[in-house]
Amino acid sequence: MRLLDWIDARFPASKLWNEHLAEYYAPKNFNFWYFFGSLALVILILQIVTGIFLTMHYKPDTALAFASVEYIMRDVNWGWLIRYLHSTGASAFFVVVYLHMFRGLLYGSYKQPRELVWIFGMLIYVALMAEAFMGYLLPWGQMSFWGAQVIISLFGAIPYVGEGLALWIRGDFVVADATLNRFFAFHVIAVPLVLLGLVVAHIIALHEVGSNNPDGVEIKKLKNDQGIPVDGIAFHPYYSVKDLVGVIVFLFIFSIILFYMPEMGGWFLEKDNFIPADPLKTPEHIVPLWYFTPFYAILRAVPDKLFGVLAMGGAIVVLFLLPWLDRSPVKSIRYRGPLFKTALTLFTISFFALGYLGTQPATGLYTLMAQIFSVIYFSFFLFMPFYTAIDKDKPVPDRVT
Amino acid sequence: MTNTVDVDKRRFLTNATTVVGGIGAIAVAIPFISSLSPSAKAEAAGAPVALDISKLAMGQMLIIEWRGKPVWILRRSDDTLSTLATLASELSDPDSDDLGQQPDYCKNPSRSIRDDILVLVGICTHLGCSPTHRPELAPEDLGPDWKGGFFCPCHGSKFDLAGRVYAGLPAPNNLVVPPYHFVSDSQLLIGADPVGYG
Repeated sequence: MRLLDWIDARFPASKLWNEHLAEYYAPKNFNFWYFFGSLALVILILQIVTGIFLTMHYKPDTALAFASVEYIMRDVNWGWLIRYLHSTGASAFFVVVYLHMFRGLLYGSYKQPRELVWIFGMLIYVALMAEAFMGYLLPWGQMSFWGAQVIISLFGAIPYVGEGLALWIRGDFVVADATLNRFFAFHVIAVPLVLLGLVVAHIIALHEVGSNNPDGVEIKKLKNDQGIPVDGIAFHPYYSVKDLVGVIVFLFIFSIILFYMPEMGGWFLEKDNFIPADPLKTPEHIVPLWYFTPFYAILRAVPDKLFGVLAMGGAIVVLFLLPWLDRSPVKSIRYRGPLFKTALTLFTISFFALGYLGTQPATGLYTLMAQIFSVIYFSFFLFMPFYTAIDKDKPVPDRVT
Repeated sequence: MTNTVDVDKRRFLTNATTVVGGIGAIAVAIPFISSLSPSAKAEAAGAPVALDISKLAMGQMLIIEWRGKPVWILRRSDDTLSTLATLASELSDPDSDDLGQQPDYCKNPSRSIRDDILVLVGICTHLGCSPTHRPELAPEDLGPDWKGGFFCPCHGSKFDLAGRVYAGLPAPNNLVVPPYHFVSDSQLLIGADPVGYG
């Protein structure tokens, strides 16, 4: 071990390894919901590696972009695999992140003292949405073009400065070559750098306070004579090995989709995006990818441009406030009262319903339903300080069960 | 010489350095932020486009590109024009009072220079989709009261055949009429005001 000693005297290699893996004590009662953090990390690496190889063949130029993606799909050796890994990986990223966030809701992982873990996580989520949105412009298909046109126009709803801001974001009077070129720069370098920094901050904040668990009890309260939490086990090897099982199961499912249904019937790669962008013709039915549709449904539910945009932005902003809206002393759903359980169920239903409605045309009954579910979505947050304060919570045990 | 530290002087120097450095950082940011605005080339690409409308049939619509945007040229019948006058109560801005949406010479009931020829930028004022031309009366999907107009498939906004927006829908304004004029009876120039305007 002389080499390691030499390194440790100059760089804290063993210290970092111990603090974050071998001597990071995580609660021993992690369940199914705790796979998704490490899975998100696996997908992040997958997206970075496949993305680097895609940039070696892709051309960010409105005259060449669409054809260069087809070139990757047909002529580059294994190009179809790399491209499908990247496109399927994007949807898988959101599946995993949504489940990871839902875990936080179930077990109150956003509550004191993990507010900053939650805030960093939300920032990751927002950066991920920006990353996915800008990446979707790059194939320069019909949905790429009109999706970007609609989303950039959202900024135009801001009073006074909006139109100038939208113009500045596009770099031209319409979505054009300047837009494609800058989205490429943001997608391949600027946003990924921000994402990586935020992921590091998310993990450092988590390891500072320690992981929550399905019982929502703080394992640091009870320590043995070596100062190790009695309900804690070392992340490595116990959870690194357990998470590996999760990764393998994930890869089974991921591979089935990747090899047998990479377009997922239009949910992962939309049919209209196999038509090159045409600035003169909007597709009959314009829909964002599935992971944006709940927010898109909220946007369309409001029959006013500015308030629609505000409602959509607000739907994300309220998530940031969660640690301060929840007044319950209890973290985990296991010991929460009926009010919170009901509210969370309604919220989950409304999120799925809005996600579905966002894929449907904005007419009559659909709009009315989107309005109803939007109200439920916001009620979950707006009334949280009241129903969590008066809820009949159950007693929380001292140790994990 | 005393060894006492003049804390006030240090604080002043620290603050002064921070302020000067901050101003410098902001000044350096300006070129980078400005570089994202439309380039000189993009600004220059707004040249007018000429179009021959002699073969445009009654009720027919042409779509051409000007500044990268779709521009519609529609020939309207007398029936259509008389219908326009009956719609005022259902519209947000029937008299085109929002001055940004059309040049002065098109602030009139037909929103055009010549009553029969309508020229519009085909971009919805909501979120920038291109609405579809739906001239038929009372189609199944738009209901029995539909008098012909433009329908935006993205978010359901509706416009009449003068590009005026129906009330209570997401789009806040009437469709934009671009600057244009007739060079001759059959020649249209889109992107340039008539002589004496602008």
